[in-house]
Amino acid sequence: MLDLRELQTHFFTPAGVVKAVDGVSLTVNRGEIVGLVGESGSGKSITGFSIIGLVDPPGRNVGGQILFNGEDLLGAPERRLRQLRGNRIAMIFQDPMMTLNPVLSIRTHMVETVLAHEKVGRAEALRRSVEALEMVGIPDAARRIESYPHEFSGGMRQRVAIAIALLHRPDLIIADEPTTALDVTIQAQILAQVQKLCRELGMGLIWISHDLGVVAGLADRVAVMYAGKIVEQGPVDEVLDHPRHPYTQGLVNSAPLANERGKPLRQIRGAAPPPLQRPQGCAFRTRCDHATDRCLQEPPESEGVHRWRCFHPRNMEGRA
Amino acid sequence: MTAFIIRRLLQAVMVLLVTSVIVFVGVYAIGDPLEILLPADATPAERAQVTRTLGLDQPLPVQYFGFLMRALQGDLGTSFVYNQPAVQVILQRLPATLELAFCALLLALMIGIPLGLLAGLRPGTRTEETVMTGSILGFSLPNFWQGMMLIMIFAVMLGWLPSTGRGRTGTVLGIETSLATMDGIRHLILPALNLALAKIALVIRLTRTGVQETMPLDFIKFARARGLSGRRIVSVHVMKNIMIPIITVLGIEFGSLIAFAVVTETIFAWPGIGKLIIDSINILDRPVVVAYILVIVAMFITINLIVDILYSVLDPRIRGKR
Ligand SMILES: Nc1ncnc2c1ncn2[C@@H]1O[C@H](COP(=O)(O)OP(=O)(O)OP(=O)(O)O)[C@@H](O)[C@H]1O
Ligand code: SF4
Ligand SMILES: [Mg+2]
Repeated sequence: MLDLRELQTHFFTPAGVVKAVDGVSLTVNRGEIVGLVGESGSGKSITGFSIIGLVDPPGRNVGGQILFNGEDLLGAPERRLRQLRGNRIAMIFQDPMMTLNPVLSIRTHMVETVLAHEKVGRAEALRRSVEALEMVGIPDAARRIESYPHEFSGGMRQRVAIAIALLHRPDLIIADEPTTALDVTIQAQILAQVQKLCRELGMGLIWISHDLGVVAGLADRVAVMYAGKIVEQGPVDEVLDHPRHPYTQGLVNSAPLANERGKPLRQIRGAAPPPLQRPQGCAFRTRCDHATDRCLQEPPESEGVHRWRCFHPRNMEGRA
Repeated sequence: MTAFIIRRLLQAVMVLLVTSVIVFVGVYAIGDPLEILLPADATPAERAQVTRTLGLDQPLPVQYFGFLMRALQGDLGTSFVYNQPAVQVILQRLPATLELAFCALLLALMIGIPLGLLAGLRPGTRTEETVMTGSILGFSLPNFWQGMMLIMIFAVMLGWLPSTGRGRTGTVLGIETSLATMDGIRHLILPALNLALAKIALVIRLTRTGVQETMPLDFIKFARARGLSGRRIVSVHVMKNIMIPIITVLGIEFGSLIAFAVVTETIFAWPGIGKLIIDSINILDRPVVVAYILVIVAMFITINLIVDILYSVLDPRIRGKR
């Protein structure tokens, strides 16, 4: 359904060109949950915004293809993109405190979203909105829909955002760290609910997170991003149990997974290079324990369902 | 909300009472109206006679109490000069000034908001630069000079509009207004514009700043991600947020509009309250000055109340707390 091919989104800043997304290839099928993980600044959000054509200047799409149900969105006019946004492709943002307009009621938010894409009466729009709120588990939805954002807790607000995303039963939802700002228990509830809804409604989901633990429990497939590129992707168990890329391996070893209690955690050394000072060749080179002269070249992506970009993939059983 | 309004009304009464004391004492402690009202060669008998009719021989607290009692019946004394009830003198002139101030306020909103939006939505362009330069001129050039330029250009050189006086008025819903006749409107345009210029500049800045602060916020991006049109985002999501500071500031500025009306009314010979108060102060027409200040304070209180109500209509976060 969604097929990103060598997507490139660069920011043309006075200090230089920031290659925020630099050749990302990724597919998402109907009903499939893909986790997109990576540390801060690796380009996860910009990948998401690129898909719905909401990259603001000085950012610009400089190459690749975004095939959505066979249609290339990169060349699509703004009118067409607006038809798709919130309708066929919905997005949920990280901070539930900030994504709803504080001076407009939940009802206004929802009804306007329905009316933006469908010619229905206000009563029908309201009915669908209440239905969507009920779907994400908001009690007494018919009354609560009259509330304003500040009258809801963070978790409730994020449920509202999810309900808004569900209004038009989109083919794809892009969720950009939607639970990062929430309590662990609320996070778990929302994860379970989203997973259930995706399965039931057959929606594709890209779940952006820097928390491998969250993605491990939620996703079918996982893609690991580093410095604007996907360095490894594949089925979630495969990638977590047999990480090939040294960066993924580092992430797995530093993630406190439930079944590995008591084991010492290991950190990846160093810090991600600033986006304008990424090393030549493999961008992970300066932090990698296995780097050789070959790594001065750009490592190509391997073939298969489980793919990676490394000249010296790890070949280990289970976690190190 | 009802409790809030009642509380505010009680506060208003207190404020009026305190103002009346301050004003009464302040105004009655300065100068001697007899000097002005009586000819220089008046006899002591004539002097005593006038003093008694004006009640000036009584001690201040007695004068104030009498004043307050009469004020409660809507009688703020008789103008020494016009020999008419002071309230009536004020109320005769007030509509002309209010009309001027309201039209200036409307112009400020109708011209300021679109220009501010234009500048705010196109940062770094020639459009923004032009609008902002214009707004700096609106701010910094003296108001009387702007007024004279308006007269020079539109009345003298182009001859499009009259430059002095209030034109023919008509009655709409029982209110006497220039807006009822074409002649009245033509007379109103220049003075209203003159009074509005600085406020237009202010609204432009407020709007532009508001737009530039609101546009990068997450909820705007989320609105775009929901597929809303640019028009809806600006007219609902952005506007509703920036109307809050604009209403607040304009509520406060309405007072200065009435105060600045003095300058405009003088330049355009507009028969309003501003000109009246200057004359009354000069000849120490105490009842008129006192009545003026009380009427203005009452108006300020009303405006503030309206602003507060509008505020809570616009901002749901405040509504809940009341
Ligand atoms: N407006 C901009 N101008 C210049 N560079 C930008 C801009 N927006 C983003 N970038 C760059 O793009 C890169 C990717 O940003 P992105 O927001 O996608 O990171 P992320 O992976 O989502 O990180 P996080 O976990 O912090 O959300 C960053 O290095 C950032 O510096
Ligand atoms: S390509 Fe080389 S530097 Fe990059 S991750 Fe693999 S081994 Fe390390
Ligand atoms: Mg991000």
